[in-house]
Amino acid sequence: MSVNLKVLTKLSAKFAVISCLLFSTFAAYSQAIPTEEAVITAGKALFENNCTQCHKVTDEVVVGPGLKGVHVRRPMPWLIKWIRNSTLLINSGDAYANEIYNKFGKTQMQSFDFKDAEIVSIVAYIKSESEKVVAAPAASAAPTDGGTATAAQPQDTTSMNLILVLFVAILAIILIVLVLIISILTKYLNNSTSLSDIDKEVVNTKYDFAAVYNSKAFKGIATFVFVLVVGKACIDGMVGIGVSQGYAPTQPIAFSHKLHAGEYKINCNYCHTGVYKSKSASIPSTNICMNCHNAIKQESPEIQKLYKAISTGRPIEWVRVHNLPDLANFNHATHAKVGGIECKQCHGPVEQMEVVQQYSSLTMGWCINCHRETAVNGKDNHYYDALMAAHAKNSKEPMKVKDIGGLECSKCHY
Amino acid sequence: MSLTNKTYWRGFEELEQSPEFVKNAKQEFPDYLPSESENGGHYRRDFLKMMGFGVAAATLAACETPVRKAIPYLNKPEDVDATIPNYYASTYAEGGDYCSIIVKTREGRPIKIEGNKNSSISKGGISARVAASVLSLYDKERFRNPMIDGNKTTWDELDSKLGSKLQEVASSGKKIAIVSNTVLSISLQQAINEFVAKYPTAMHLAYDTNSASGILDANEKSFGVKALPSYDFSKAMVIVSFGADFLGTWVSPVQFQKDYSIQRKLSKDKKTMSRHYQFETTMSLTGSNADFRTSIKPSQELNYIAQLHNAVSTLVGGTQLSGVFGEDSKIIKSAAKDLVAAKGKSLVVSGSNNVAAQLIVNNINQMLGNYGSTLSISNPSYFKKGSDSAIDTLLTSDAGAVIFINANPVYDAPKAKEIKALLAKIAIKVSIADRPNETSALCNFIAPDNHYLESWSDAKPADGLFSLTQPTISPLFKTRQSIESLNRWSGGSLDAYSYVQYVWRVNIFPTQTEISTFQSFWDKALYNGVYENAKAFGVTSSYAFDINAVSAALSGSKASTEIEYTLYEKVGIGNGSQANNPWLQEFPEPISKATWDNYVTVSKTFANEKGLEQGDKVKVTSKSGVSVVLPVLIQPGQAANTVSMAVGYGREVSGKVANGVGANVFTFINAIDGKATYSGVCTIEKTGEKYELAQTQTHQTMMSRPIVQETTLADYVKDPSAGRYKPMIKTSDGEKSPEKISIWDTKGLQTHNYNNHFWGLAIDLNSCTGCGSCVISCQAENNVPVVGKREVINRREMHWIRIDRYYTSDAVNQEDKSVAGLMDTKREDPSENPQVVFQPVMCQHCNNAPCETVCPVLATTHSTEGLNQMTYNRCVGTRYCANNCPYKVRRFNWFSYYTNDKFAEINPAHDARENEGLGKMVLNPDVTVRARGVMEKCSMCVQRIQSGKLAAKIEKRRPIDGEIETACSQSCPSEAIVFGDMNDPQSRISKLLNETNQERAYHLLEEINVKPSVSYLTKIRNV
Repeated sequence: MSVNLKVLTKLSAKFAVISCLLFSTFAAYSQAIPTEEAVITAGKALFENNCTQCHKVTDEVVVGPGLKGVHVRRPMPWLIKWIRNSTLLINSGDAYANEIYNKFGKTQMQSFDFKDAEIVSIVAYIKSESEKVVAAPAASAAPTDGGTATAAQPQDTTSMNLILVLFVAILAIILIVLVLIISILTKYLNNSTSLSDIDKEVVNTKYDFAAVYNSKAFKGIATFVFVLVVGKACIDGMVGIGVSQGYAPTQPIAFSHKLHAGEYKINCNYCHTGVYKSKSASIPSTNICMNCHNAIKQESPEIQKLYKAISTGRPIEWVRVHNLPDLANFNHATHAKVGGIECKQCHGPVEQMEVVQQYSSLTMGWCINCHRETAVNGKDNHYYDALMAAHAKNSKEPMKVKDIGGLECSKCHY
Repeated sequence: MSLTNKTYWRGFEELEQSPEFVKNAKQEFPDYLPSESENGGHYRRDFLKMMGFGVAAATLAACETPVRKAIPYLNKPEDVDATIPNYYASTYAEGGDYCSIIVKTREGRPIKIEGNKNSSISKGGISARVAASVLSLYDKERFRNPMIDGNKTTWDELDSKLGSKLQEVASSGKKIAIVSNTVLSISLQQAINEFVAKYPTAMHLAYDTNSASGILDANEKSFGVKALPSYDFSKAMVIVSFGADFLGTWVSPVQFQKDYSIQRKLSKDKKTMSRHYQFETTMSLTGSNADFRTSIKPSQELNYIAQLHNAVSTLVGGTQLSGVFGEDSKIIKSAAKDLVAAKGKSLVVSGSNNVAAQLIVNNINQMLGNYGSTLSISNPSYFKKGSDSAIDTLLTSDAGAVIFINANPVYDAPKAKEIKALLAKIAIKVSIADRPNETSALCNFIAPDNHYLESWSDAKPADGLFSLTQPTISPLFKTRQSIESLNRWSGGSLDAYSYVQYVWRVNIFPTQTEISTFQSFWDKALYNGVYENAKAFGVTSSYAFDINAVSAALSGSKASTEIEYTLYEKVGIGNGSQANNPWLQEFPEPISKATWDNYVTVSKTFANEKGLEQGDKVKVTSKSGVSVVLPVLIQPGQAANTVSMAVGYGREVSGKVANGVGANVFTFINAIDGKATYSGVCTIEKTGEKYELAQTQTHQTMMSRPIVQETTLADYVKDPSAGRYKPMIKTSDGEKSPEKISIWDTKGLQTHNYNNHFWGLAIDLNSCTGCGSCVISCQAENNVPVVGKREVINRREMHWIRIDRYYTSDAVNQEDKSVAGLMDTKREDPSENPQVVFQPVMCQHCNNAPCETVCPVLATTHSTEGLNQMTYNRCVGTRYCANNCPYKVRRFNWFSYYTNDKFAEINPAHDARENEGLGKMVLNPDVTVRARGVMEKCSMCVQRIQSGKLAAKIEKRRPIDGEIETACSQSCPSEAIVFGDMNDPQSRISKLLNETNQERAYHLLEEINVKPSVSYLTKIRNV
C-alpha cells in the first residue's frame, strides 16, 4: 500500500513537472497573449515601475520607440530575448535588433532580469493598452468619484454666493422703495394744510445721526465688532505662521514635474527611491537624472546644469519644499508602503505642477485629522490581524488609525 | 534571611543620615536658581522686559520661512539610503581590550556601537568603553596631519625623510625600537615583522599598562606556553578570585561577564548557581558581585593563595607548600571545600603580576582538574602579550630610533621618567597615534593613525578565533593606518585593505577547506565580523610544577603593618587611553559613583583613625619617594590600612576634556623582580585642603524603601518567592494588596487596554553586574548630553538610566553579631565589608503614572503600547512630573548643552558650534536633541520600537521577539535586561515573568500601585 502511494506521489510529481514545462513552453512560445485582468494589472505595475522612463504605449517616441502594437510587430520569443539582454541579440546579428539599435542613436536598452511570465504580463498590458487607445476617448468621459466630489465643492460655493448677492440686491431694492415711499408721504403731508404745527414738526423731524454716533450702545457695538475683526485677523495670521501651504520656491534647475510625472508618467518611486522603504522619500541623486539625460535633451541649458554638477563634483542644492519641524518624525514607508496612501493625497496633483509646491498645510491638525478619518490598510497584513479582530468585536466601523494609537504623541514625537 | 534586619544605603551620607543628605533627599531639584542678580538689582524685571521684547522679536522673525536646502548625493552609493541605517560588523581592539562589534551608520556616519552575537568571545555584549569609542572618532583634537618637528607636512615628505633617517640608523648599527602595547592584530604584527626584516637592527617591544606578564611567565614555566589560557566562566560553579577584577577590567571582561552570568541566572528549571569568592583590597566590580568577599592587604595576597593551595591540597591529597604563615582562615577552608566539591567545574584566578602567585594558582587549577574544562592552555588567548622586561630592554638598548605604535609609555609605563630622559637622547622619534599624547609630544615625526572606525584591520584574541575590523567612514583627517605606514617604511606599497587581505589569504584561508575561493571566504568573514575555527588550532603542552622555587618565593613574604597602596583601573576610563572622551569621564564609576576624578579610597575605620573626611586632600608618598596629592573618598569594603588609587587620570597631553583631570598614579608602579607591581608601601599625610568630588551616589535616592529585594539560594530553593516584600494596605475592609485599591477606576481596576503591544523590561538583579555598558549605550542612542563636573555636583546629571548601587549589611542589628556567618573579618562597622546590590533604574513606564496626572499641558501621556510618552515640544518645564515621580527618573534639561559656550570645554565632541560640524556627527538623527527647559527621560527607545514595528508591517507579519531591542538591553553583556512585548506569550519577557521566574518578579514600590512596566527579579546570593 505504501509502495503504491509512493509511486503515485512520484507519478503525480512528474506529471506536475511535465505539465508545468508544457505550460511554460506554451506560454513562452505561443502568440496567445493572456487577457486576464490579473495578468494585465501585474504587467501594468511592472511597466510603470520599469519601462515608463523610456517608453509609452502610443506611437510617441520617448527615449525608446513607442510600444503601441509591439505585440503584433514582434514575436514573443524575440521580445523576451530583447528585454533580457538586447546587446546579446544585437551581437547575434539579428537584423531587426540592429535596425532598432541604429535607429535610436545606438543607445542600448537596459537589461531586465524578468521571468518569462513577467515579460508576458508586460506584453499583455501593452496589448490591452494598444487596443484601449483606440477606444479611449469614449472612456474618458466618465470621471471618477473623487473627481466629482472635489469638483462639486466650488460649484456649491459659487451658487451660495449668487444667492447671497441676490438676497442683498432684493433688500437694497426694498430699502430704496421704502425711502421713496417715505419721501412721497412726507411731501404729501407737507402739502396738505390740515396739519397742526406739532404734527408738522413730527413729520419733518431730521434723523439725528450724531446722537446715534455718540450713543454708548453704538460705541460698544462698534468696539466689539472692531475687536472681533482684528482678533480674527490676528488669529488667522498667527495660525498661518510657519504654515507654508502653497510654498513654491524657485529651484536651481527648472525641473518640471508636469512633464516628467504628468506627460511621461514616470512613477514617483523611480526618482524618489526611498518612498516605500525609508523615512525620507529622498531627493533623487544626479545619477538618477543621468539614467535618461545622458541621451535626452543634452543641449538644454537646464540639463547642462546636471553635466556641470557632475564635472565639478558639486551636488545640486535643491530648495526644500516640505519642511517638517525636526521634532516631528514622519515616515514615508509607513504611509506609502504600509498604509498604501497615494503620493498625491498629501502632495497634491504633482503631475500638473510646473514648479512643485507645498500642497497640504502640513500642520499637526492636518496630520491628526487624517489619522482620525483614515481606515488602517490592514487587509492581508498579519501585523494587524489581531487588532482588526479585536476592533471588529466592539465596532462596526472600519478600524481607523486613531483606534490603534494613531493620535498618540510618541508616534511622531520622540 | 528576612528583609527586616538588613539596611540598604548608597553612601555614608545616607547611612549616617547627614543633614546635607536629608536636605537634598527631599528635594528633586537643587537650590540653585539664579533668582536675583548679584547686587540685588532688578534682575527679574529686566528679565521680563527682555522676554517681552524677545517674544515680539521671535514672532516677527518667525514670519519669514527660512530657505532650507535639500542636497542629494551626486552619485548615490547603491547601499546607502537616506534615513536607513547600515550595520557593519567590525572589531574594537585597543591594546588588549577586544570586542567584536556591529557599527550602526547613518548616511555614512558611525553613530552607535552594538555587540556582535557571532563572536564566541564577546557574544553580543559590549562594555562602556567600547560603547563610548564612537565619540572618540569625532574628537576634533585628534591629529589632522602628518608632522615633522611640529610642522605640518605631507605623507610623501614624511615617508622620504623618515626612510632615509631610518636607513642611516640601520647602517650605523644602532637599534630601531618599535614600542607598542599588546598587538592583537595579526596584520599589524606581520607589518612589524616585515619592518624588522627590512631593518635588521629593529626590535619589537610590547608592554602592557595593566600587565599580565606574571601569568605569561608562569604559564611558560608550567606548560611551556607563553600565553594566557582561555577561561570559561560559564562552566565554573565555584570561582575564587584573588584581586582579579574579571568582570570589570581584567583580561577580557565582556567575555567573562557573559559567561559568568550564565551560572548566575536562576529559573524554575535551573535552581543552581555558581558560588564566587573574592579576595581583594579595594571594592572592585567583581568583588561587589561576589557571594563572599574578603578584604585583604596586597602583601597578604600571595600568602592567601598559598593557604588555599594547601587547603585544597590537603583535601585532594597533593603536596604542601612550605613557607606559609598564619593559620588557615575560615573563609579559605570553606573556599577549598567548595572548590574540591566542584572539581573540574571550578576556577581559581589571580590578577597578581607575581610569577610565584600565578604558579600556585596554576597548580590549584591543575589539582582541581580544571584544565580542559573551565580554562584551557591548549587554546590559549592573546589579550595580553606584553612583557614587563620590554621597558628595561628599551632603556638599556642603544636605540638610534624609536617608533611608538599607539603606545604612550611616557605616561603609563613603569620608569616613565627614565623613558622621558632617554627620548631626549634619541634623534629619531616616531609616534603612530591617532591623537596627541604625552609620548607623541616628545616625538619629532608624527605619523597619525586612523581611528579604528576608519581602519582595515583584524584581531586574533585566541587561537582559532579571528575577527576583522572594517572602516565605516572615510578618514576624517589626513591620517594613515599604522599597518600602511609600516608597510610603506619597509618598502611596500600596499594599502591597509590589500595588506589585511594578503595576510588572511596566506595565513587563515588555507586553514579551512569549506570555502574554495578566497573572495567568498573573505566576504563571509567580513559579513560575520569573525572567522572562528578553533579546531584547526591548538597547542599541546605538558605540566610541570617546581614546588621548591615557589616555596622559596613564599618564605620571603611577611605580614606587613604598614599602610599599603594598590593601583586599579576604573571600568570607564581604564588605562586612560580614551581619557579625552567626555562620556567616559562622566560615566559614574560602578562602585564609587564618582565622575570626572580619581581619588584615594580609604576605609571608614582608617579615615576615623587618621582624622580624614571625604574630600580631604592627602599626599600619598610611596617608599621610593613618588608622591601624589588626591582627595579622599571613603570606600566601604576597603581593606584596613590600605589606600587605592585609579590610574588613567592626570593626563597632560590628551585634550581639553582629560587634561588636568585627577592625577597620574602610574608613577607608583613598582618594579619587583622585573615585574610591574601595582601595589606597595606608602605614607599618607593630610594637606589641609578640601576638594569636592562629583559623586552621583546619593542623587535620586528612594529614601530607604524596600526597593531592593534579595534572598539566599537556600531560601530560594525552598520558596522561589523568598525575599519578596509584599506590601499590604490597611483599609476599612481589612488588609488588601495594593493592586486591589485604586483611586482611579474602582470597577475595572484596569485603566489601560493594550490590544497591540505591551512593552516592558525585566531586569534580573542577580545577573546584573553593574558594569554600566547600558548607561553609555543609552547615552549614545538617545543623544544624552554631557554636563560636566560642576553640574554633576549640582545634581544635574542627565543619564536616562542610572545604576543604583546599594551597600547592605546585617551588622546594623548590633545585638546579633553571629549573622556574619562565613565572613571572618571582625565586623564593627556596617561599612567594613558590606554586600553590594546593583539596580539599574530607568523610567518605569508606570501604567498608573503619577507624572501623567500632574502635567498641566499634557506633555507626558500614556500610549496604547504601555509607554509613558514624553513630548518635548509640548513641555513648558513646570517640573511637576519630576516632583511627582516616585522613582526620580526624570531629568530636567537646564541648558542647551549642545550650543552653550559653557559646555564647550567639557564637551568638545558635542560642540555644535563648530563650523566643520564634527560635533553633530555622532548624534542619532532619529532622536530629538532636547532644548533647554524641557523634561526628558527614558522613552524605552521608542525610536527603535517604531522602526522595528515598521519593518514587521512592511513584511506583513508581527514583530519577532528579540528583533526589537532597547539600547540598554542590546548592550548588556550579562543579558540582565530583557526587553519585549508582554502581550506576546512566546516572548522572553513573558516567559520570565509568567513562567520561569514568576515568583521572583516584583515592581519597585508596589505599595503605591503605579503598575510599572519595568519588573525586577530578586537578587539571590549563594551564601
